[in-house]
Amino acid sequence: MNMSRTLVFVVIAAVWLAFGAPAVAATAGAAAPAFTLDDAAGKPVSLAALRGKVVVVDFWASWCGPCRQAFPWMNALQQKYAGKGLVIVAVNVDKKRSDADRFLAQVPAQFTTVFDPDGKTPAAFDVRGMPTTYLVDGSGKIVLVEEGFREETRDAMEARIRALLGT
Amino acid sequence: MTVRRHAGGVRALAAALAATLVAGCATLAPPKPWEKGELAKPSMQFDYNANSQRYTEHVYDSKEKAGGGVGVGGGGCGCN
Repeated sequence: MNMSRTLVFVVIAAVWLAFGAPAVAATAGAAAPAFTLDDAAGKPVSLAALRGKVVVVDFWASWCGPCRQAFPWMNALQQKYAGKGLVIVAVNVDKKRSDADRFLAQVPAQFTTVFDPDGKTPAAFDVRGMPTTYLVDGSGKIVLVEEGFREETRDAMEARIRALLGT
Repeated sequence: MTVRRHAGGVRALAAALAATLVAGCATLAPPKPWEKGELAKPSMQFDYNANSQRYTEHVYDSKEKAGGGVGVGGGGCGCN
């Protein structure tokens, strides 16, 4: 190998290492990455422990406008389907817990809220935008990914939830 | 042979240096979607203070009126 070819190879390898081989994105059909995070009371919530239930995993932050709009909708989902086996786990990604608490005081959540200030969970899911909502079936597989919160698509999500719950 | 081996050493050194330099770009990676809390603050916006923004725009518009200011078309000379 001559000098320039060696250099080109090294540069390509370095760029690849620096920016990393893209993590396997948590897309529909893939297994949902495992996580265990503490809720507001400090009680650990693990996705693996929810195997057998239909789970909505929602990534949100206090500074995210659409997340604020999504909360009343998720409260409604909780009321309608919690008794039928739906669990909503909203993962907060705020660096400061006080920001999240202020948000929750304004927009109360009737579903499980967990906190991940280190951002390890959204990294594992390879979240592409805020909010991103993952619908996970009883076998722990992701069946639907919804980026952002839009009026047009939330009914489709609810329909999939209903189909999974068999109601 | 000694000379050739020496050249190989320089080559390896240059390659290592290049790798280090390029790897430094990793710290410049843009924030991930869940890391944009600071960027979402009102104070991070260009037009944080609406009054101040409007004032600046007004001054700029007045000064640059001959060239069209912030709107289309200019004034006076008929060249725009």
